[in-house]
Amino acid sequence: MKRGVVVLLLFLFACSNQSSKTVLPASENEKYGDAFIVADLSDASYLNPILASDTSSSQINSMIFNGLIKYDKDLKIVGDLAESFQVLDDGLVLIFKLRKNIVWHDGQPFTARDVEFTYKALINPDVQTPFSSMYLLVKDFIVVDDYTIKIVYDKPFAPNLESWGMGIIPKHIFEGSDINTSPANRKPIGTGPYKLDTWDPDQKIVLIANDDYFEGRPFIDRYIVRVVPDQSVQFFELRNESLDAVSLSPDQWNAYDSFFTHYDKFRQPMFSVTFLGFNMRKKPFDDKRFRLAIEYAVNKDDIVKGVLLGFGSKANSPFPPQSWAANNEIAQSQYDPQKALELLKEIGFEDIDNDGWLEYQGSPFSFSITTNQGNKQRELSAQIIQENLKKIGIKTSIRIIEFSTFINQYIAKRDFDALIMGWSLTLDPDQHDLWHSSQMGEKQYNFLSYKNQRVDELLVYGRSVFDVQKRKRAYYEIQEIMRQDPPCIFLYFPDSLEALHKRFEGIEPAPSGIYHNFIKWYVPKTQMKYGMGEI
Amino acid sequence: MLSYVSRRLLYSIPIIIGITLITFFIMYWTPGKPTDVSMELNPKISAEAKERLLKLYGLDKPVYEQYWNWLRRIAVLDFGNSFKDGIPVISKIAQRLPATLLLNFLSLGFIFIGATLIGVVCAVKKGGFWDRFLTFLVFLGFSTPSFWAALILMIVFGLWLGWLPISGIVSFRFYELSTLGKVLDLTKHLILPVFVSSIASLAALSRYVRSSLMDTLKQDYIKTAYAKGLSQKDVVFGHALKNALLPLITILCLSIPGLIGGSFIIETIFSYPGMGRLGYEAIIARDYPVIMGIGIISAFLTLAGNIAADILYAVADPRIRYK
Repeated sequence: MKRGVVVLLLFLFACSNQSSKTVLPASENEKYGDAFIVADLSDASYLNPILASDTSSSQINSMIFNGLIKYDKDLKIVGDLAESFQVLDDGLVLIFKLRKNIVWHDGQPFTARDVEFTYKALINPDVQTPFSSMYLLVKDFIVVDDYTIKIVYDKPFAPNLESWGMGIIPKHIFEGSDINTSPANRKPIGTGPYKLDTWDPDQKIVLIANDDYFEGRPFIDRYIVRVVPDQSVQFFELRNESLDAVSLSPDQWNAYDSFFTHYDKFRQPMFSVTFLGFNMRKKPFDDKRFRLAIEYAVNKDDIVKGVLLGFGSKANSPFPPQSWAANNEIAQSQYDPQKALELLKEIGFEDIDNDGWLEYQGSPFSFSITTNQGNKQRELSAQIIQENLKKIGIKTSIRIIEFSTFINQYIAKRDFDALIMGWSLTLDPDQHDLWHSSQMGEKQYNFLSYKNQRVDELLVYGRSVFDVQKRKRAYYEIQEIMRQDPPCIFLYFPDSLEALHKRFEGIEPAPSGIYHNFIKWYVPKTQMKYGMGEI
Repeated sequence: MLSYVSRRLLYSIPIIIGITLITFFIMYWTPGKPTDVSMELNPKISAEAKERLLKLYGLDKPVYEQYWNWLRRIAVLDFGNSFKDGIPVISKIAQRLPATLLLNFLSLGFIFIGATLIGVVCAVKKGGFWDRFLTFLVFLGFSTPSFWAALILMIVFGLWLGWLPISGIVSFRFYELSTLGKVLDLTKHLILPVFVSSIASLAALSRYVRSSLMDTLKQDYIKTAYAKGLSQKDVVFGHALKNALLPLITILCLSIPGLIGGSFIIETIFSYPGMGRLGYEAIIARDYPVIMGIGIISAFLTLAGNIAADILYAVADPRIRYK
């Protein structure tokens, strides 16, 4: 009997819900309200895009500031503060036409002077920006009029266009003060869809919708970032419905369904690659046959399955599959220990004393695999690789070292045999600094010391032209060469995993992720959770 | 008396200089650079840009010059700005110290009261059920890793029962609450962290109280008290406990410098904005000004505490002055 009543009530409720929807279609006005609460592992540093290099700050800065250009949902460059842009003289000249009637959060008009000011700050040696190098390439920065900018370069350089996605900071706020210590770094004034409301250090940052945003006011009133420095605790908060979005680890993704009753899960390939690299200044790592042998000996599928629980894909090149530069035609890497042994034999590996381990040119051989502490996935990958190599008779040891020490004592001094590291990649496929033989200096990024003349040429060419088809051909060829002469063993491209509360509507997953249209997300009136005075 | 105090203060000058030297050089010899961590392996940030940053931080100068510059600034209480966010170190510490002090004083109070109660029950009911049961409980608490206990308590009280918030120090609508509401809100958030940060010390201290009280109860004056016809309650609380607590007070006083330290594990798990997290994150990020600021201030407070204790001893016991 009781059950009948419940069912009936549910039915009535469902009906009324249904009918109210058909009678009153959600008007634009009804979409405004509610808050979006997300967790971050650490607090932001500077709410100033030219000073901040940590992801926590960048994420919030992207809500408060705009660049001249941005990547759209399909990862194509489109105007942001710029209404349109032109690439002239094979990329030597960039012209940006700015949108008119954009105002800063304090009501001042945005003009080309602000862009000029931002540029000058970026190249000022007294400003603590880590991003200076891209802007030092500018030969001439010309403000044609209040809404037109002409930028002239010495050499054509494809990533130059992308570099103008840097958030533009307001001249009238920073002028005449020290940018490094300006109070505006904690009370930012931007042009973006949200403005800062409050910042409680190490606790939370509350952003509030900008009524005058040039693409229209966001529907969601507030964007709140809570600092929850422990991932398991974030997960509890999710279970408690006190967070609206949380990034998940692979095993959290696989947790009981009941954990996600109120959440949708999103999975998205990331722009990063994890690799096993060798110090090519040492023998036998400099021999490409050795690296090819290891490529055959490492079971990447096992790593993707065992370490990422399948949430990622195995890598054959440093270009993630969702990049336009990724050549998906190149030969897939195969697990083939027999072939590995043949190659090793060719270069002088043999088990002379029949102890099950291979000797290299007559003497015992082993090497160490180093990785940084605190990255469980890399540690586990190292263990799988150690097992794989044991099978073909190569002895390895694993060393786990704290990150900063690792970089300074081992990588910078080239004091390592093999290492497991990851690159976070830019959306632009230029990887000159990672693989070009001119980048092998002490603090530079080609610390594996990869040297291939043809790859050098292609890397230089690939970033000197703007034509996507031409660039594509160069990067395709690089990937083919890297199959024959691997700079390292590319292991996997991890996925980013995220849970998002179900009450949000308007989400459109795209190659760039789910947040590209955040300002169009909304919560239906009946499901809104937080009123304006409620949080 | 005055000459004793001034002599004591003079002695502390070389100690302070020694502390600055050690703090500075431990930091200097630790491998790593502040430009590594925040920027990870981000190819967008060139080697030249990193060099420029190191120069702006003044880290390209010879080591004696760096030390001297730092010492000169410390002398006028200028601890410099954090590399991470440019905020003066002193205000970073000032922001977090109250939260840490609050948590630690509450835990200390909880430990003191809890350990006394448990110790008294155990000593009085020596060998009985309650003694064994409570001993079992405190040892269980002592051997439970605090992060694990914290997570389990979060699941029980936060998720299943929903009585307490899971993490944070105040809730979102804190600023709109009445004073009473604020106190209640804060209390709710503090229950789990205070409890978890106390359980380990509770075991050790309650054992001290137990054995100390048991010793006291064997004294002749306790027999006298019983002989006078006092009840057990009056004997234990009126005569024995006061004497038994003396060693406990010494131990508690010793832990006072630790009050400002904060616990990284507890603060991280409970998303609690305190000194432990500040210090740990600064070390990982090689944020030298923050690390050295915290080091110097803690060392200074410890030293001040020792001097105060010495002076108080001298006040209490004139013999010390003339040694």
